[in-house]
Amino acid sequence: MSTTAVAPTTGVNYLNAQYGIRSWLLTTDHKRIALLYLGSVTFFFLIGGAAAVLMRLHLIEPQGALLEPATYNKMFSMHGIIMVFFFLIPSIPAVMGNFLVPMMVGARDLAFPRLNLLSWYVYIVGGLFTLYAVVAGGVDTGWTFYTPLSTTYANGNVMAAALGVFITGFSSILTGLNFVVTIHKMRAPGLTWFRLPLFLWAIYATSIIMILGTPVLAITLLLVALERTFHVGIFDPALGGDPILFQHLFWFYSHPAVYIMILPSMGVVSELVTCFSRKRIFGYSFVAFSSVAIAVISFLVWGHHMFVSGQSVYAGLVFSALSFAVAIPSAIKVFNWTATLYKGSVSYQAPMLYALGFIGLFTMGGLTGLFLASLATDIHLHDTYFVIAHFHYIMVGGALMGYLGGLHFWWPKMTGRLYPDGWARFSALVIFIGFNLTFFPQYILGYLGMPRRYAVYPEEFQVLNVMSSAGASILAVGYLIPLVYFIWSIRYGPPAGPNPWGAKGLEWETPSPPPTENFEEVPVVEEEAYAYGEKEAHVV
Amino acid sequence: MWFGFPLRPEQASTIAQGIDHLYYFLTAMDLFFTGIIFLTIFYFAIRYRRRKKDETPAQIEGSLPLEVAWTAIPLVLVVVTFVWSSSLFIRNARPPTAATEVFVIGKQWMWQLQHPEGVREIDELHVPLGRPIKLTMTSEDVIHDFFIPAFRVKKDVVPGQYSTLWFQATKPGSYHFFCGQYCGVSHALMRGEVIVMQPQDYERWLSGSKKAGTMADAGARLYEQYACITCHGTGKGPPFVNLYGSQVKLQDGSTVVADDAYLRESILVPSAKIVAGYEPIMPTFKGQLSEEQILQILAYIKSLGAAERKAGQE
Ligand code: HEC
Ligand code: HEM
Ligand SMILES: [Cu+2]
Ligand SMILES: [Cu+2]
Repeated sequence: MSTTAVAPTTGVNYLNAQYGIRSWLLTTDHKRIALLYLGSVTFFFLIGGAAAVLMRLHLIEPQGALLEPATYNKMFSMHGIIMVFFFLIPSIPAVMGNFLVPMMVGARDLAFPRLNLLSWYVYIVGGLFTLYAVVAGGVDTGWTFYTPLSTTYANGNVMAAALGVFITGFSSILTGLNFVVTIHKMRAPGLTWFRLPLFLWAIYATSIIMILGTPVLAITLLLVALERTFHVGIFDPALGGDPILFQHLFWFYSHPAVYIMILPSMGVVSELVTCFSRKRIFGYSFVAFSSVAIAVISFLVWGHHMFVSGQSVYAGLVFSALSFAVAIPSAIKVFNWTATLYKGSVSYQAPMLYALGFIGLFTMGGLTGLFLASLATDIHLHDTYFVIAHFHYIMVGGALMGYLGGLHFWWPKMTGRLYPDGWARFSALVIFIGFNLTFFPQYILGYLGMPRRYAVYPEEFQVLNVMSSAGASILAVGYLIPLVYFIWSIRYGPPAGPNPWGAKGLEWETPSPPPTENFEEVPVVEEEAYAYGEKEAHVV
Repeated sequence: MWFGFPLRPEQASTIAQGIDHLYYFLTAMDLFFTGIIFLTIFYFAIRYRRRKKDETPAQIEGSLPLEVAWTAIPLVLVVVTFVWSSSLFIRNARPPTAATEVFVIGKQWMWQLQHPEGVREIDELHVPLGRPIKLTMTSEDVIHDFFIPAFRVKKDVVPGQYSTLWFQATKPGSYHFFCGQYCGVSHALMRGEVIVMQPQDYERWLSGSKKAGTMADAGARLYEQYACITCHGTGKGPPFVNLYGSQVKLQDGSTVVADDAYLRESILVPSAKIVAGYEPIMPTFKGQLSEEQILQILAYIKSLGAAERKAGQE
């Protein structure tokens, strides 16, 4: 694919080029920053996960088995805030995007390396505010900060938590900016837009949403802070404000944010499906443009969160129609991934199992979205467990599964080590099964009418809740297994070699782990993405 | 029911069955596509599994006819669903004109309900079978949400404004209602029961319950107590007879329909819309009247006769 000779795996690389804490905390190397992010998002995932475990344990009994209602409310608020803003939004972009965007375009670093380091610090400062809010007694507004509950009525550390989210937003904006500039300006000679790996198209679309959407969230949270501290009447009707205005502003960001979470995973899956079936992606331009279409339409559907808020019938109809429209590009992607397997050479290494798991769970999550886009049924389903199930299918079954698949795929590149494939396949299976056991019962629970954010519930809902909690214990084990073997592999894993999967793409043409400057010579690209037909893709 | 295990809530209102049918359709469509995707993936993954370590399959770029097909087919299905669901929604949104009005006030963390006859209930709502009931709801603090799964209805209850919801029960019995919108510490406790009774039992229940006079009577007392009468009974302010639902001409030349929202605004923010031909001398009653008292005054105004065109209906 390029002219670079493959250097031996031993020797100087980005990991051993410098030693010491300082060399990490002051690094501007995108690969090291990616690892800083990897450590931090994993930390937040474990905290958010611990809260989820407590909640599921609590819900085994209708009267609540474990926590005070007030504590339960703090748990789901913290879980939501941490999982969304501190784990899932940064996960793929900040970890894999950071590591891969420069490598995939054939550059030595991102366009603004110091800005990149700043993004990480901004993220950490936001995280500290949020952790402070948790330690100092918690927040109980939910991750949605609905007014006037959050501005006038909620006690607790609303300000610290909102400030944490506000600050972290700037990290997203800066990262998005860095990616957009890098993809525009730093592509290697010959790497035209339509030769880009689809991961980059997805990251590009995501970055655009981050840059355009996040400022709206920042402004909204600022207004909440103004009203809460200085009683400026913006949202609270008692002060002359409009509580529904908050929902418009919040969802104008937070619906597109759903696509910040899922689009990168879709990009990862395009890489995995092609590599493990040794095929070009089926319908490259359809997959690429569907990312862009999703990014655009996602800004126009926020009202589907407000069908029961008293919004006019006409607004409801428009938002419903637009929400249905998002289903089309999503379906196109699923069909094209599936068709990519056709007449391929399919192998089932761990990353591929994660990718197939993604396709299955995302399909189920996406299709249940139709129930919520449809006005008549959403009236009944809104704010019930059906919604919880739907978005966990997308965000955990989809986005998190894609993240783990990507991590398994690029781990050898990042660390130079292989993990035990058997265990990894086993964990993919455990996660898939545990996930369905946890969240499938919640669809039924929701249709039966169990509202979300309920610390106690009527007895007839118990059986399904117990099933869900039992599934969650399997799921938890599924997530802990990779943690163990990844850590194990750093020391004991066999060397990976530059290209353990026989994958195409510039990042596989340089040693693992790569040297600090990524490529010894600037690569020149002479072929399309995923040119798996060419024999020279060498398998190690 | 599935092996004695419920898969849907009780169908206890006129709209429940229609919603369930749409839900079944969506479920069938969902299972169909999930099935297709899963089976195809399994089939391809097995049929085209890697047999030799270094095999290179022939490359396929894609196929325009296929892309068109799998764009068009979902598109058609989605349009069908949209039309079905939207027409159902529009039909369900409109309360029948003859609906009996019940007033609902949500506050952290209880529901206060009041029948026009004056009977008050807390976290319990008695309604007659087969008669359309319209709830006019508001909140005294944060946003709540009134949700009756067995009737398939739900609506946010927002401070500072009225929202409405209607249903017609089709099966006697007792059904949960929930607060659907998270509203603070005891949100999960903000629930109650709708009790659907045979009409004659309902009448008996109404007359047996202790009454503090009808809501309109209470409103009439407030009308004197708060000295509305000094202007509205003297010609300094417009009279209330046949006001509800009428077209009111404003000073700036426009007209509004005197519905619940307008009357509420006129009492709390009189300066917002000035009736043509009158001086803007009315003081605001914001902070002096509770949500319940405002509803009682509205009931009083309505009792003085309503214009032909019914107002207060979306
Ligand atoms: C000082 C005299 C005054 C008092 C006291 C007063 N009003 Fe008014 N009210 C007016 C005037 C004058 C208007 C018409 C101008 C305007 O729209 O502000 C009006 C308008 C209204 C309207 C709109 C009527 C329409 O025809 O559109 C309502 C409703 C109303 N008042 C209710 C009340 C109630 C309820 C009270 C007692 C709690 C009250 N007012 C007390 C003077 C008064
Ligand atoms: C990336 C991973 C995850 C994300 C992004 C995520 C996101 C969310 C969000 C946004 C909420 C809503 C919080 C709120 O209502 O304010 C939520 C609720 C919840 N999640 Fe997760 N979640 C994740 C993983 C999990 C896992 C693995 C479990 C399994 C145990 C889980 C269990 C729950 C539970 C029990 C609730 C509370 C439901 C309620 O009471 O309304 N979550 N999650
Ligand atoms: Cu949305
Ligand atoms: Cu509530």
